[in-house]
Amino acid sequence: MSARDKILASLRQSLEGTQPLANPFDASLVDKPWRYKPEERITRLKELMTAVHSEVHLTSSQAWPALVCKLLAERAINKLLVAPTTAHGKALANYCKNENSALKLLAYDRPIEEWKRELFDEVPASFTGTLAGIAATGTLVVQPSPAEPRLMSLVPPLHIALLKASQIYDNLYQAQQHWPKPMPSNLLLISGPSKTADIEQVLAYGAHGPKDLIVLLVDDA
Amino acid sequence: MSSQRIPTLDVTAQKLKSNARLSLKDQQLRTNMRSAMDSLISKRLISMPDEDERENLRELGNKIKARALSQLPDLLEQLESNLTKQGIQVHWASTTEEANAIVLNIAQARNAKQVIKGKSMVSEEMAMNEHLTEHGIEALESDMGEYIIQLDNEKPTHIIMPAIHKNAQQVGKLFESRLALPYTDDVDSLIQSARSILREKFFQADIGISGVNFAVAETGTLLLVENEGNGRMSTSVPPVHIAVTGIEKVVANLQDTVPLLSLLTRSALGQGITTYVNMISAPRQPDELDGPEEVHLVLLDNGRSQAFADSELRQTLNCIRCGACMNHCPVYTRIGGQAYGTVYPGPIGKIISPHLLGLENTPDHPSASSLCGACGEVCPVKIPIPALLRRLREENVKSPKQQPQIMAGQGSRYSAKERLLWKGWQYFNSQPLLYKTGTFLATRLGKFTPNKLGPWTQNHSAPKPAKHSLHELAKKHLEKKS
Repeated sequence: MSARDKILASLRQSLEGTQPLANPFDASLVDKPWRYKPEERITRLKELMTAVHSEVHLTSSQAWPALVCKLLAERAINKLLVAPTTAHGKALANYCKNENSALKLLAYDRPIEEWKRELFDEVPASFTGTLAGIAATGTLVVQPSPAEPRLMSLVPPLHIALLKASQIYDNLYQAQQHWPKPMPSNLLLISGPSKTADIEQVLAYGAHGPKDLIVLLVDDA
Repeated sequence: MSSQRIPTLDVTAQKLKSNARLSLKDQQLRTNMRSAMDSLISKRLISMPDEDERENLRELGNKIKARALSQLPDLLEQLESNLTKQGIQVHWASTTEEANAIVLNIAQARNAKQVIKGKSMVSEEMAMNEHLTEHGIEALESDMGEYIIQLDNEKPTHIIMPAIHKNAQQVGKLFESRLALPYTDDVDSLIQSARSILREKFFQADIGISGVNFAVAETGTLLLVENEGNGRMSTSVPPVHIAVTGIEKVVANLQDTVPLLSLLTRSALGQGITTYVNMISAPRQPDELDGPEEVHLVLLDNGRSQAFADSELRQTLNCIRCGACMNHCPVYTRIGGQAYGTVYPGPIGKIISPHLLGLENTPDHPSASSLCGACGEVCPVKIPIPALLRRLREENVKSPKQQPQIMAGQGSRYSAKERLLWKGWQYFNSQPLLYKTGTFLATRLGKFTPNKLGPWTQNHSAPKPAKHSLHELAKKHLEKKS
């Protein structure tokens, strides 16, 4: 008998003569306590994300490319990993071209195996879109994709994320109702830069992932 | 105050009593534990200020887990079928030996030399690091706390904060001696040193290992929570990802994870959510540029189906591993996690370890509790831990031969002498004449009872019978009234 059959048989035997319990799920318990007025959503998300060391900038759909360049220049960063095929990637590339920006845009356009060393050692910052935001917990929903692979929001020390205000949901339950179906190979909730409190409960940022997270919150209402 | 970790601590489950005695004398340990637990207790409370919200959610959490367990075999099959369809290979293991063999097979098939590990308590159950090392494969922990204790050849002292018993000076000295780094007790510098060492390890690793917080049957999704990013690194940088988990971690659908996540992160750390929630439903797809080519899930039983067989003990499997019961336990806070000698310490450890290891190997665990009830009160999925401890005490003193045998190692504290004594006590109390004579003599001759009564009087004052029995007092009282 395989381990699988042994385990399943034993569990089934223990349940003999019983019925599965009814589904107790009550959406109001996870939804109602965490509802906000539209204008509160932005305030709450910003407040919570700032409290865990993220930078949140309110900006507009015209102004954000300039803001990216300014924020990077302030940090003396001259390279940025960005997906050239996405709408926001194209917008940023256009802006940089028109402004003759010194910022060098890098693309994640080959399998990781071909440039792992470079990604780990020579990419100071990345820029990605987001699927949604969550006001209740100050969270970004990020879906890695062929254009913006998993490691893009993880390996570079600075991660800049673009979030549209119209895509902020009140809470996780509501956000979940809009997730892609079937589930993508990887889906992430990101609520700040990487951190740890494993030594004496002292909070330290930049444990293994990005040391800094900047959220550009685009007012698209 | 500079007392070191007491070197004679024998970290095996049979040594709980002597370990507890030693740990109680370790002032540094007690200071570190007290301050950490106090802080975790207050953080939890601050994150759950609304009692109604908290209690309703705990009730829901309890019911979601109970429902999942009521259809566990079906959910496991559904999970397996969905994961397989999505390209994740599912393996089953009855024992930790089987689980280790599965992991080793995968590693050897890939000719793996280096394994990097995210945090996984199930891998601790398996002693996976030791097993891989024996076969010439380096297994390195990457969770900061786990990394620290691995450097010091220790076992986790807490399921969420493995190195919480050490302060920054102790970690600084450890890094100085083991990593040849200049001494510092600045936490930021210590973390940055570990980060740069471990980044290179993530880069090199052939395999990444992780645990699972919730396995969602309906969508075939492995959900992992963490703050550091090492879990994401372990599951997306190396070409192979192996997740190991207990069979009780499966939930029916995605929406079930909403209340459970909220309960987990607030109970554990007082956080509304962790920095990362990582949901994995498939390996790298043909059009994707990174992520593991192979993803494996190892489902481990290791005694869980024994707990499952008894409807009361089954509640042990509700556990979502938040650690709140430890943080609130007066025993755990004083002796630390290592004294228990088991992978899972504290209240939850005392009710789960007897299933994993057998009562004969954890004879003192069910009784190492004052039954104060704090653990049951804070448990986010309402496991009645004190009631289960009492139940295990019963199983522990049953005759080893009594049928049916519900637990391996049943009756490890059974004593024929004690059983006879209680039989006598029962007889004495059920025979009116004997009882009357007995109490008459006891109340009259009470002053002659000895002051020393063996082990009892080591911790208690000797019992002195009252001058009058309750019967006599009641009789007198009624006479007076009439």
